[in-house]
Amino acid sequence: MADAQSMSERFSSSPFIPASASVGAVMRTVLYALVPGIVLYALLFGWGVIVNILLASISSLAFELVMLVVRGRPLRRYLFDGSALVTAVLLALALPPLVAWWIPVAGAFVAIVAAKHLYGGLGYNAFNPAMAGYAVLLISFPREMSIWAEPLALAEHPLSLAQTLVFSLAHQLPDALSFDALTSATPLDYLRTQVGLGRSVRDSVGAPIFGHVAGLGMEWVNAGYLLGGVWLIYRKVISWHIPVAVLASLACISGIGFVLDPQVYASPLLHLFGGASMLGAFFIATDPITASTTPWGRIIYGAGIGVLIFSIRAWGGYPDGVAFAVLVMGLTVPLVDQYTVPRAFGARARHGDG
Amino acid sequence: MAESGSAGREKRGMKKLWRFGGGVKLSGHKTVSDPAKVQRAPLPKRLYLPLRQHIGAPAEPVVEVGSYVYKGQVLAVSSAFVSAPVHAPSSGTVIAIEKHTMPHQSGIAEECAVIETDGADRWHPDIAPLPRPGLLSADELRARIREAGIVGLGGAVFPSAAKLKPPRAIDTLILNGVECEPYITCDDALMRSRPEEIVRGLLLVQRVVESAECIIAVEDNKPEAIARMRDAVEKLRASGVGGSDAIEVVAVPTRFPAGGEKQLIKVLTGKEVPQGGLPYEIGIVCLNVGTTAAVYDAVYEGRPLVARIMTVTGPQIRQPANFEVLIGTPVQDMLDAAGGVVSDAHTLIMGGPMMGTRLPHGQVPVVKASNCILVENAALADRQPAMPCIRCGTCATVCPINLLPQQLYWHARGKAYDKLDRHHLADCIECGCCAVVCPSRIPLVQYFRYAKTEKAAQEARDAFADQSRVRMQLREARLARLAREQEERKAKRKAARLGKKKTKVPIDQAGPATREMAGEAREVVA
Amino acid sequence: MSVIVLTLLGLVFGIGLGYAAIRFRVEGNPLVEKIDAVLPQTQCGQCGYPGCRPYAEAIAADEAEINQCPPGGDAGVRALADLLGRDPLPLNPDNGVAADGPQMVAVIDEETCIGCTKCMQVCPVDAIAGAAKHIHTVLNAYCTGCELCLPPLCPVEKCIVMAPEETSIREWKWPSPEAPAARSAA
Repeated sequence: MADAQSMSERFSSSPFIPASASVGAVMRTVLYALVPGIVLYALLFGWGVIVNILLASISSLAFELVMLVVRGRPLRRYLFDGSALVTAVLLALALPPLVAWWIPVAGAFVAIVAAKHLYGGLGYNAFNPAMAGYAVLLISFPREMSIWAEPLALAEHPLSLAQTLVFSLAHQLPDALSFDALTSATPLDYLRTQVGLGRSVRDSVGAPIFGHVAGLGMEWVNAGYLLGGVWLIYRKVISWHIPVAVLASLACISGIGFVLDPQVYASPLLHLFGGASMLGAFFIATDPITASTTPWGRIIYGAGIGVLIFSIRAWGGYPDGVAFAVLVMGLTVPLVDQYTVPRAFGARARHGDG
Repeated sequence: MAESGSAGREKRGMKKLWRFGGGVKLSGHKTVSDPAKVQRAPLPKRLYLPLRQHIGAPAEPVVEVGSYVYKGQVLAVSSAFVSAPVHAPSSGTVIAIEKHTMPHQSGIAEECAVIETDGADRWHPDIAPLPRPGLLSADELRARIREAGIVGLGGAVFPSAAKLKPPRAIDTLILNGVECEPYITCDDALMRSRPEEIVRGLLLVQRVVESAECIIAVEDNKPEAIARMRDAVEKLRASGVGGSDAIEVVAVPTRFPAGGEKQLIKVLTGKEVPQGGLPYEIGIVCLNVGTTAAVYDAVYEGRPLVARIMTVTGPQIRQPANFEVLIGTPVQDMLDAAGGVVSDAHTLIMGGPMMGTRLPHGQVPVVKASNCILVENAALADRQPAMPCIRCGTCATVCPINLLPQQLYWHARGKAYDKLDRHHLADCIECGCCAVVCPSRIPLVQYFRYAKTEKAAQEARDAFADQSRVRMQLREARLARLAREQEERKAKRKAARLGKKKTKVPIDQAGPATREMAGEAREVVA
Repeated sequence: MSVIVLTLLGLVFGIGLGYAAIRFRVEGNPLVEKIDAVLPQTQCGQCGYPGCRPYAEAIAADEAEINQCPPGGDAGVRALADLLGRDPLPLNPDNGVAADGPQMVAVIDEETCIGCTKCMQVCPVDAIAGAAKHIHTVLNAYCTGCELCLPPLCPVEKCIVMAPEETSIREWKWPSPEAPAARSAA
């Protein structure tokens, strides 16, 4: 009898199954998958990345809170859904480890306020917020964004957490150290400069900044991202299409370049484990809101990203092209989705008349 | 195009099976209601028989209010091809033919015949087993199936006699004992208690459609039922019953919705029913096990369809069980028979949790389609507000029809009916897999149902507008014609009046009517 | 040289346009048909014009705004806006409110009807059957709900009223999950 009156208030249809999936669970799983990479990053490059993550997370949540209040959205549901945190962490991982505090905060502002909420909030953003934030920072503050910390293996005096915090917030270094001693160009940047100067790739990768296959330290971080990404696929949070397409196309086109002219083009392994390739393939390109949604569409989207990454690295103006590749391919997603609708069950020419 | 080699040989577990894309694995809850026992439901005081319990035209009543009816007596018939008669499930008096709430989400009332039972439960004296069922022709069998009011008992309630008259040859007859929805165990209970009747009924149907092979499909979470069915087939084969060596009992992997007709056909034969089409187009007919048991009863016992096995189950019912229930029993009676409801915070669902329909209250009748009454926690009907779609695409991964539920969702919100057509909204079987996996908990199935009914309503409105326009144009044409005729009459009268005064036109140049009138005038003047 | 080329181009295009104007000439104004096809054909006159076709002609002649039709509702205004490439406007509230809820049809109380035929004559789609001094009845299948037959036209009190049309289960529509009734406290 309780149902008669309540029917009109609580109209709903099947299925009547207790819900198990949630947005928060998806976001949390992504964060867990990033842990191996983050741990390796901190071990190999110092506390800078942790400080960046903290700064980005706090400011992201703060901006999210402000925007939710301004837009009149329910706070409890949206503030703790984990999406702001994921954006913050991805942004922080893309930044150089030793930067002033206002870089991650400004990046968080662009990512959360502009790229996410001004486009409509969760689910409605047209561009990957973390990458939009990073791209704006890169273009606006090129100097700060291109000075990267040296791997700890090469640094003479690694900074402690407290010293890193002081540097970040007040731009003060301990007396004995100079900024130049702590920073250097990234491996990809170094490679690009050297090749531009006419030296061959083979000679360049002998420099101490390079490790076994790619940048010293960074190759291990990328391996950490690879591990996390594979776990993410196993947990069915992302599908295999995008990461495999990105990595395969990157490997293919860099392989072609490497075979054709090894003096100028680096090996596929260097491309796969250098820079932000793994992070991009598993965590950035797979951002569900901005990526393609159909199986073939995802493969095309991923392949395009791989090609663009290589193109920007080899011929473009920036040492690493993951962010721009993802943003540009994101533009093509609606078109790609429209033309890759999968075949519905039973959709074939019918025999005989309709 | 029967699978070569499978007819005539029993291959335990060796039959090649295909996979249908998508689907979800669900907690079965199959032990809540014990399929090993079927209880007899107590005879209700009143029975409410809707005159339409099937797809197609409703049946017209042939009994009068106040008349006494026997169990199995015809209450309503229809001459339409896609329709089925309705029979009295027990003896008693027809006390009314009136509107009564239907077991449907809308709570709309439709015509029912109401019978006050007399407790004797007397079968009509003419009901008797058909003589020599083995010699009945396909047409005679089909006529009997129709007379008995048999409709698909798997939930679609398509009149079986119409289904068994396909316009082309049938190669494969599939018996669907899969029962993939959680909680429901009525088919399991039927297969355990009456396996031989099911197989004999199947053989009768095989004679009607003349198929080369028969496959009985059961989900592999029902080993007991599979064993009983295999034993029954073996027993009939050993006693040399005709056609029984073409039957194969196949265990299909447990996955929702493996029991969906299209999915089951894909799993068993690898073929896909064409979009918008029916299985007969690829030479297949698919029936529920309950339907063939009803065919057995209709032929070997002479009894029409008046009862079925129904599961009453769920976390909010005290003694879940399977019952043999008379069609037309109020649902409330069945809840009482199952020990009553645990608390007020419950919701009544007819069917399973994935595709069932919410009942407005317990004062609705059990109909031929009622395979289960699920008494669930009220919280499940009360969806939490949804988050925005994060476009994860998990819905598309699980869709068994390979659609893009995400795109259907966006277009349904935007009422873009042309885009919905392009994404094949009409092919959606409303199974609920997409809604179950959605992390944002969006009620996707309700959006699709809303879009489908809105589209149908829009098309009906457009057709009505066209009709109104035509009627208005005809009316305006009629009014214009009447006005024109009136003008002509006025002109004639005026001309006649003028003709009586001095006419300025020379008489030999005037028209014949004027000359005539002038002649009359001259006579008058003269 | 450029003068010659441009003159030649002008000649070519001019001849082409002239030919097209004659060869592809269309009789009448097809825009009116297209607008009329979008209108709901209730023929109620709430827009201020005696029927849907005159309103369509007025829109085509730029004499009327596209937001005058309450039975079409906001969806109708938007459809007209799409058709004509204009901006949609909110429905003009002076003409009445958009129909919300079940379709309303006229119902005649047969005991009260005096058979004056006034409603029969005014119905724009001939949905009322009857004859002088005989009982009239509304044919539900044709009534558009335009309300022209209601009092003060009908001289008898409480003889003709609007009532919601009954829906069968087959015609029942699922409510949108976003409808207020569907929102529930978490």
